[in-house]
Amino acid sequence: MSHRVRVNPITCEAHGMCAELLPERITLDEWGYPLLDETPLHDSQVEHAIRAARACPTFALLVQRDRSARGGRVRARQG
Amino acid sequence: MSGSQTAMTEVRPSPPQPQEPAVPALPRLLAGIPPHGAMSLDEHLALHGAVPGARAGRRRQTREHAAMLIDEIERSGLLGRGGASFPTATKMRAVAGARGRAIVIANGAEGEPASLKDRTLLETLPHLVLDGGIVAAEAVGADELIVCACESAGASVESMERAIAERGRGIAGSEHTPNVHLRTVPSHYVAGQESALVNYLGGGPAKPTFTPPMPFEQGLRRRPTLINNVETLAHIALIARHGASWFRQLGTATQPGSTLVTLSGPVAHPGVYEIEHGASLSSLIEASGGTTARVRGVLLGGYAGAWVGGERLHGVALSKEHLAPHGATLGAGVVLLLSEQACPVAETARVARWMAGQSARQCGPCIHGLDSLADTIEEIAAGTAQPKAVQRVERLASLTARRGACAHPDGAVNLILSALEAFEGEFADHARHGPCDGCTRPPELPLPARPLSEESARKAAPRR
Repeated sequence: MSHRVRVNPITCEAHGMCAELLPERITLDEWGYPLLDETPLHDSQVEHAIRAARACPTFALLVQRDRSARGGRVRARQG
Repeated sequence: MSGSQTAMTEVRPSPPQPQEPAVPALPRLLAGIPPHGAMSLDEHLALHGAVPGARAGRRRQTREHAAMLIDEIERSGLLGRGGASFPTATKMRAVAGARGRAIVIANGAEGEPASLKDRTLLETLPHLVLDGGIVAAEAVGADELIVCACESAGASVESMERAIAERGRGIAGSEHTPNVHLRTVPSHYVAGQESALVNYLGGGPAKPTFTPPMPFEQGLRRRPTLINNVETLAHIALIARHGASWFRQLGTATQPGSTLVTLSGPVAHPGVYEIEHGASLSSLIEASGGTTARVRGVLLGGYAGAWVGGERLHGVALSKEHLAPHGATLGAGVVLLLSEQACPVAETARVARWMAGQSARQCGPCIHGLDSLADTIEEIAAGTAQPKAVQRVERLASLTARRGACAHPDGAVNLILSALEAFEGEFADHARHGPCDGCTRPPELPLPARPLSEESARKAAPRR
């Protein structure tokens, strides 16, 4: 089971909190929107990622858990 | 066709002529197409006969019949004709297997300015589309069929309205008949995107939503929703009658069957044609009476598609395999020729600006990325760009693609990058020396000065 970060681009308003809290995975583009490394998180990063998701003012950052290795159903875990 | 009239005149379908068929089995969909107006229900039944169905209406028989239909469509290898070429049977199986009563949407919300095939089908052959929708509803166990037409395509809306009325109550001759209704949708580019359509029909704006859930699992009114392009449904109407092996007699192994294309640009008879997948581009041009000017390049797949430069046109075959090396697909069947005198840089700048304006303006990277791309390409065309502007376009492209809720930014980026590649010399010339003679010519690529209708303008108002 692995976790990934994902952003909802519709709700994201470029506050940039995620890049502050999870710089190892998220940088900002020239307009302030997050550029994500969407490969599976290391176990040690999951807590940080969840903290970043909770801090997002628009709840646009998602930490998702892959149920199966083949990417079957994905359950979103939000803030 | 209110606002789009002028720009569209050039590419109105010529009275669809029975093409001089290279293969005797064509046309299929366009067989018997009337020169004006729509084919009536009587004419339609005289030409194609009724769709064989499970008439007894017994529960078990209905279920078996539904499974058989999906199997047959799977064997036919039919791929969606809305542009993404997704296997139709796979989608149907997902909807049939999802919990709850399904809904079928016939997607005729053709937002692509260079495509006319969907409105042509709705306008001239509405009963073929209805047949396909009813068969699809039977296959996935839907009790409702919603036909969506573009609000700017008045003739197709009227024609479909009449066709639905003509059917009356005995819509399929079987007991399992869905309720059929017609809805018009705004004519902007992303309105036909699946989640935007579901959003709009459910009472929201015609803008894409964040997925999952995908429409097949939780679509309109949270019910599993099968969304098929109207041409896909028209093929289903014929597969249900003649079977999968008949369908596969035309086309290639991976792209079976025939397909509709909208041919425009400097040809004698621009319009909607039915070709076999894998047919050569030159045979299509020949069928349209040949070119009327020298050709600089061809745009395949519309404004989310790709250019193939003039010097590579010979020997281009219209199939996935042949187009892949050019980075192109047929998409929703747009084949657009650009004349030698036109300026590809100025044309690309206009299309880039239009695509930027067609963003639903929901996702930051799409809003800022497409606007900046259009700015930079306009500067290149005007010769006022900073040094290394072409590299900036490439960098902006990579910042913009795959970062929206829908594929709109990806499509626009695709077009821009392929223009840079196909017209590399022209871009470099403009960046250095400014406008060329062709820059002052009237635009060739159709861009409807399509004002958003009052309703869609209200709904497209920025979020913040």
